[in-house]
Amino acid sequence: MLRDLHDDFPILSRTVRNGKPLVYLDSAATSQKPSAVLEAESAFYREHNGAVARGAHLLAEEATEAFESARSDVARLVGASPEEIVWTSGATASINLVANGIGDASLGAGGEEAARFRIGPGDRIVVTEAEHHANLIPWQQLAARTGAELAWIPVDDDGRFDLDNLDTIVNGSTTVLAFSHAGNVTGIVADVAPLVARAREVGALTVLDACQSVPHLPVDVAQLGVDFMAFSGHKMLGPTGIGALWGRKELLDALPPSVFGGGAIAIVTMERTTWLEAPMRFEPGTQPVAQAVGMGAAARYLMDLGMDQVARHEARLAQIMREGVAELPGVRLLGPVGDPDRIDVLGLAAVAVDGVHAHDVGQVLDDLGVLARVGHHCAQPLHRRFGLTGSTRASAHVYTREDDARAFVEALATVRSFFGVHA
Amino acid sequence: MSTLEQMYQQVIMDHAREAHGRGLVEVTLPAHGESHQVNTTCGDEVTLRVGLEGDRIASLSWEGQGCSISQASVSALSELLDGESIATADDTVEAFRALMQSKGEHLDEEREDLLGDATAFVGVGKYPARIKCALLGWMAFRDALIQARSASEGGQQ
Repeated sequence: MLRDLHDDFPILSRTVRNGKPLVYLDSAATSQKPSAVLEAESAFYREHNGAVARGAHLLAEEATEAFESARSDVARLVGASPEEIVWTSGATASINLVANGIGDASLGAGGEEAARFRIGPGDRIVVTEAEHHANLIPWQQLAARTGAELAWIPVDDDGRFDLDNLDTIVNGSTTVLAFSHAGNVTGIVADVAPLVARAREVGALTVLDACQSVPHLPVDVAQLGVDFMAFSGHKMLGPTGIGALWGRKELLDALPPSVFGGGAIAIVTMERTTWLEAPMRFEPGTQPVAQAVGMGAAARYLMDLGMDQVARHEARLAQIMREGVAELPGVRLLGPVGDPDRIDVLGLAAVAVDGVHAHDVGQVLDDLGVLARVGHHCAQPLHRRFGLTGSTRASAHVYTREDDARAFVEALATVRSFFGVHA
Repeated sequence: MSTLEQMYQQVIMDHAREAHGRGLVEVTLPAHGESHQVNTTCGDEVTLRVGLEGDRIASLSWEGQGCSISQASVSALSELLDGESIATADDTVEAFRALMQSKGEHLDEEREDLLGDATAFVGVGKYPARIKCALLGWMAFRDALIQARSASEGGQQ
């Protein structure tokens, strides 16, 4: 069991509207930060700030050391090597980095070593109907740029990937298969294995959006078997403005960069430039160093808690929220209730309340001090699949108490009577 | 009354439940305009149509889907402005915008008289995230009115 972590998160002691205690249940949008992260970022600026990988003075050395050791900490969290971790501004930037690299390779960038990434008319990119817009739009755009076709794996009524026609959707022309590890609306934790196996059969690259899984579940890139994986700092107790792309080293070394500048290069003449190896080739210009240091501290904080413990804690919260709301009249849970022993759903619950718009639901919750997310959660196609335009989502993290999860269910139970809607 | 109850006043709930002017009406008047507005944060939408006869709003109808605040607000607008003069409509739109920016404070009597039922939206001003909901239909009206006026000016030339 995880100990109660409220005291580690300063913001959780503040009050909200009407002096009510804060019940923060919007962690899937952004997580709160422990003192360990706030202090690491502050200490970097107060004691070590200097230009990373440039110059030979003491502060430059200390800043470089802090930046690179943060990379090692983040790598360790996902079972990777540090040289396979590229700093980005977040999961969105990580996915765009891969999609743009493939797009540029298709135009001839990166030379022969990048030829393996080239796609064009007749090729296929596959996503799923459940994706966050950040793992859909970059692939739509790549398809439009290259003439490749975009196809998608549908979801069933519960929101699970429907793999009945997997072999015809991920066909022999498929070059990229991009999908999410855990759903930000349904909370479903995907069974990655059959998708990776099929992608390998047809020689397609796999890109995993792991920004909802890395903060909440044990994640090991070797075990997953994917080729690229994107995640964000701010959802895993770290700062905003920082995230990571993990990729197989030989792929990262061959993928052409799409953002250019100093620090990413080997030799520059007036005519041409050669790139450094990964990860440096993807990190031109001054990096968000303090944020990287903060993300490293967040990774250490999570590893100290133990990701198995974190996952079990959140499975219990999932059970309280999902079983609780499933029993409320006029409330529809998006996705299955889930099985806490198998940890097949995240600690979140997105619901539609019959006869009450999500904004109005959120407002009543907010008045009770329960801060949840309303809207389409950047997943319009999935909401359309459910016949909805939006939903109300409560999402937990390591600091969420069982009472917080109960407060969501109790608050939700008052919504329909407030608006005078009855079964 | 809690701030939440101040926002969701009974008159707003009534408008949300039984909306006025809902259902787009065909306009054969030459001076007409239509506007479709979307609240990008939630996907709520309103399509609003107006027709002018001289300086009077002779037809005002709308269709939309969204939260109670956005739907009630366009309903209140429809009840207030259908049949009114353009000058009154302009003043009323300005008064409503001022009400949204008032952070929950009431306006002077003159403007509140103009707003009638729509004064009930005063509580929305305390919730910055909801101001867009309340303004959605009003922005559609303003835009449709501009189009109708330019159509009418074009017709006179």
